[in-house]
Amino acid sequence: MHDVGKIAGGLVVFLVLVTSPLWYNALSASAPGVPELAKPPNGSQQCVEETEYMRANHMDMLNEWRDDVVRTGERDYTSALTGRTFDMSLSRTCMDCHSNKADFCDRCHDYMAVSPYCWDCHVEPREAE
Amino acid sequence: MDGSRRGFLKYVGLTALGAAGAAGTLRARPPSESEPVHSDAPTAGTVRWAMVIDLRKFASDNVALERCIKACHAAHNVPDFGDDAKNEIKWLWAEDFETAFHSQEFHYLRQDLQGKPTLLLCNHCDNPPCTRVCPTQATWKREHDGIVMMDWHRCIGCRYCIVACPYGSRSFNWTDPRPFVKDAHPEFPTRMRGVVEKCTFCEERLARGREPACVEACANGEIVFGDLNDSESEVRRLLAEHLAIRRKPGLGTQPEVYYIVEDPRTLMEVAPAAVVSEEGEDA
Repeated sequence: MHDVGKIAGGLVVFLVLVTSPLWYNALSASAPGVPELAKPPNGSQQCVEETEYMRANHMDMLNEWRDDVVRTGERDYTSALTGRTFDMSLSRTCMDCHSNKADFCDRCHDYMAVSPYCWDCHVEPREAE
Repeated sequence: MDGSRRGFLKYVGLTALGAAGAAGTLRARPPSESEPVHSDAPTAGTVRWAMVIDLRKFASDNVALERCIKACHAAHNVPDFGDDAKNEIKWLWAEDFETAFHSQEFHYLRQDLQGKPTLLLCNHCDNPPCTRVCPTQATWKREHDGIVMMDWHRCIGCRYCIVACPYGSRSFNWTDPRPFVKDAHPEFPTRMRGVVEKCTFCEERLARGREPACVEACANGEIVFGDLNDSESEVRRLLAEHLAIRRKPGLGTQPEVYYIVEDPRTLMEVAPAAVVSEEGEDA
């Protein structure tokens, strides 16, 4: 066995480098930077469903809304939470409250490194200056 | 299969038998299955949207025409490429009368129709060729109201529908249209590069009880929109009382956009008998 020390040492260095992000997060004092999302500027307090549900499932809900509106022509969504009826529209309903796209949608999508292609076609609301 | 000559011949024989069987099954299918039968009878409980364009009411100054096109293209964020014909996107546009109806072979055409700019749009055919060729069902005919609908999320840009449409009603986004949309408004999406688009009879407005944008832009009832299944509707009344033609009727696509081509003098709201007696003085 030649060079056992070099190989073992190399492996240790490799493992430390590969796991360094985990070590860094575990040892650094500050909590990992969970993005702070801005509340709707129009003061609206309740989304169409529970906040927890929306956080986890808004992408599926948007896909269902898209299919309902485009494929079946069904445009009204009745909230299971409040019983209120909403227009199933990204631009008119979602962005009516969450008009601060950069501080809401983008902030979390950037953090999660996802890039939804909604805005290739849908027009984002004009930011209130 | 072993490599012997006998094994090979058995294999070939079985294949030929199978092919013959399949061909027989295909021929046994009744031809009516692939050829939809068309009738004028409405299906109960459904709407059949149609449009009647009254060419008598479009004056030669083209003001009404331009207003309709502008309203449509503004409502749907249709890009304006100026003189760049290759990239042009058309939902509602105008051609002169002879071009719009070239298959009718008008001879010694009435003078007021010669070169008359005529509004064209998707005909929302009863028997649309475009929807048959779409490999992703990104375009299809809605059962409940007859609109030939588009799902821009699903279009893969193969352009078969553009080839299939005999009316040139479909346009392709060769380049990103967003920079060419002036003041894109958030009420309606733009399209992206690589997607086909066309008129949707303003289904997003119909869903909210409004008339199509071009109809709303008309001040004088130049375009009338309504339900063909409703015998009391304005479109049915116009079709019953006037001579209306459709584009390329020989193709059997059954377009649902009609053009009233009568003499503009018939617009004068007088009793039919009076028109006959006045004709001598007008001529």
